[in-house]
Amino acid sequence: MSEPNRASFSEAVGVVVGSAAILLFAGFALVAAPYMQLSGAPAPEGLEPYTPEEAAGRAQYVSLGCMYCHSQQPRAPNQAPDTARGWGRPSIPGDYAHDYPHQLGTMRTGPDLFNIGARQPSRTWHLLHLYQPRAVVPESLMPAFPFLFEVKAKAGEDDVVVDVPDPWGPDAGVVVARPEALQLVAYLQALDHTYEVSVDAIEANEEVP
Amino acid sequence: MGRRPVLSPTIAQLLALSFGAAVLGLLALIWAIAQRQFSDLDRGARVIFRPGEEDRGEDPTAPQSELQRVLPGTPEWDTQEQQLESRRRADLSVRAPVLWFTVSATVWLIVGSLAGLAVSLKFNLPDWWVQTPALTFGRLRPIHLNVVAYGWLSMAGIASALWLLPRTLRTPLRGGRWAVAGAVLWNVGMVLGVGALAAGWTDGLEWLEFPWHVDGLFVVAGALAGVPLLLSLRDRQVEHLYVSTWYVAAALVWFPILFTVANWPGVHFGVEHALVNWWFAHNVLGLWFTPLALAAAYYLIPKIVGRPIHSYQLSLLGFWALALFYSQVGVHHLIGGPVPTWVVTLSIVTSVAMVVPVIAVAVNHHMTVLGRFRALGTSPVLRFVVAGAMMYTLASLQGSLTSLRSVNTVTHFTHYTIAHAHLGAYGFASFVFFGAVYFFMPRITGVEWISRRLIDLHLVLAGLGFAVYFGALTVGGVQQGLAMLDVDVSFVQSMVGTKPWLWGRTAGGTLMTLGHFVFAAHLVAILVRAYRARGEPSTRTGHFAEAAS
Repeated sequence: MSEPNRASFSEAVGVVVGSAAILLFAGFALVAAPYMQLSGAPAPEGLEPYTPEEAAGRAQYVSLGCMYCHSQQPRAPNQAPDTARGWGRPSIPGDYAHDYPHQLGTMRTGPDLFNIGARQPSRTWHLLHLYQPRAVVPESLMPAFPFLFEVKAKAGEDDVVVDVPDPWGPDAGVVVARPEALQLVAYLQALDHTYEVSVDAIEANEEVP
Repeated sequence: MGRRPVLSPTIAQLLALSFGAAVLGLLALIWAIAQRQFSDLDRGARVIFRPGEEDRGEDPTAPQSELQRVLPGTPEWDTQEQQLESRRRADLSVRAPVLWFTVSATVWLIVGSLAGLAVSLKFNLPDWWVQTPALTFGRLRPIHLNVVAYGWLSMAGIASALWLLPRTLRTPLRGGRWAVAGAVLWNVGMVLGVGALAAGWTDGLEWLEFPWHVDGLFVVAGALAGVPLLLSLRDRQVEHLYVSTWYVAAALVWFPILFTVANWPGVHFGVEHALVNWWFAHNVLGLWFTPLALAAAYYLIPKIVGRPIHSYQLSLLGFWALALFYSQVGVHHLIGGPVPTWVVTLSIVTSVAMVVPVIAVAVNHHMTVLGRFRALGTSPVLRFVVAGAMMYTLASLQGSLTSLRSVNTVTHFTHYTIAHAHLGAYGFASFVFFGAVYFFMPRITGVEWISRRLIDLHLVLAGLGFAVYFGALTVGGVQQGLAMLDVDVSFVQSMVGTKPWLWGRTAGGTLMTLGHFVFAAHLVAILVRAYRARGEPSTRTGHFAEAAS
């Protein structure tokens, strides 16, 4: 065949440069522009940073993949009855000021957890629920997490014992929470975004800067 | 959109301006194409045919005599000897890298299918396999996703792209060794990534779970796989780049940019992190799997039915519209979320605009087959690819529809989305790649598949399994979404209602996995056959059934 001609050469350059340019444009719109807009968003006054214990628990939450079934983003009442279910007010960007990586989630096989700490503050409940979800919610299809606990013949002085009802407990001994379970529960208890935010903060999200 | 009366140029005005420019550019392209109706563009569509090849069709899984009964071309093909010889050389030049990528992809397909099946079973049996952290639902699920996305789909897509290059550029593949190195490195990244996920070491973002320390390997491996593209482009013997090459080149530009930006550690934060997450996650499908699969479909459909693509102009329009619109749809995954409304709106608009490239591709593919549907009866490859092309149309139109706020309010946070993702990644991309592998394996190994019935068995298992899977999750998901919107229905009830449908998913997934075992076993068989036949002159053009029957 003949030499590749000029038309073909510019075609190749056009495809490569054009496709890269378009992606950069999209990156500007969907990444860079929101980056600039959101990087100024202040954390709400009521939002506390995570304690080391809670941060370790958040790492457990990420590592165990809780996000694949639980969202952390209540929707507005005019869209869905999330608030009426006790999941809290619609969230705003500032609520996530301390969250890295984000865990907004896209699935509700289980309920939204953005305010689980306010809705269910009991450590006892959470520990039992993690050990065996069906001991507290019979219909639940959440996996059990027995590896966050250990079975001991006798509890030590500092051990946090989980009182497991029949038939879910071990045949002998007591169920004791491992540090990972306690950290995870500390994080769940800290998931409380019920503090007041100004109406402006919610509306700011609706606006174009 | 804006409520504040601001006169200085704002982000929104800039965006509106850029979007207007994009649409104007598209219109200009349409106009330019219309003006050049009688230019040599049409010759671009004929790049894939050697003189005399049109109307004859090519399919290594169907006897040529059978294909010729349904196509208008002449059955004599001996006159093509010399041209077929050059094509054979082109096919053989890709053997090593394509085999590496294909075999690796198939291994990951099996691993990913088993992981997916286990994940599905865990919904039904929540107390099964709970003693080991590595096997908990929240770790197996990302393992399934990453293995099928980066192991199976990506490697199969690269294999088919590498095989396409010499055929569309009419030169033997240059620098194939670079791609072999890329395949090895890619596999190293996969093993390390999966190991990290099992150990609970994750970046914690859907589609981006592999730790960023491992991600660099994929960028380097992808670049290595891209080297043959550049070298072969330089040596090409065609005047026009066939549309498949456009898609392959663009995909190889897009993926490294996306993957690097989204995985960069320590830059992103809070809600912005979520925006990057979904910008990336949808682009993996739209700007990586989709162009690679479309490249294969754009080659295989015309090649098998022996007729140039219906409208080459339309295929160019489809390409640029896909680039413009698909790159911005990702944030429709955050409708109702705590992200700035204008970003969501932008994504909804572009999601709906996706109808343009999708219709362009659909018209093109289906019009090419029109009048030659009987080829479907003889060609197993065509059945896979046409089914895949149809599911591309369906998945994309469903995606546009689902991005509408009213629909999304119901389907968001439900199993419906899982079904939709599989329609694109499995029904479309995987089906096309299955077809491509069935086409190129005989060509690059020089031996034939053991049995066409096995290919058909794979098609039936995968097709039936997927229909059950998709149907169950779609119906179950809509029902779940409606229940969640009804404040009188408790949340637990909305979840309980999905349980029978989740069993349906397991049933469908089991059939799909069985199909993959048939596929993998067949691949092993042809490799064994090729190994045994080494040293012997290989079947010349692969019209095996004529020799066999």
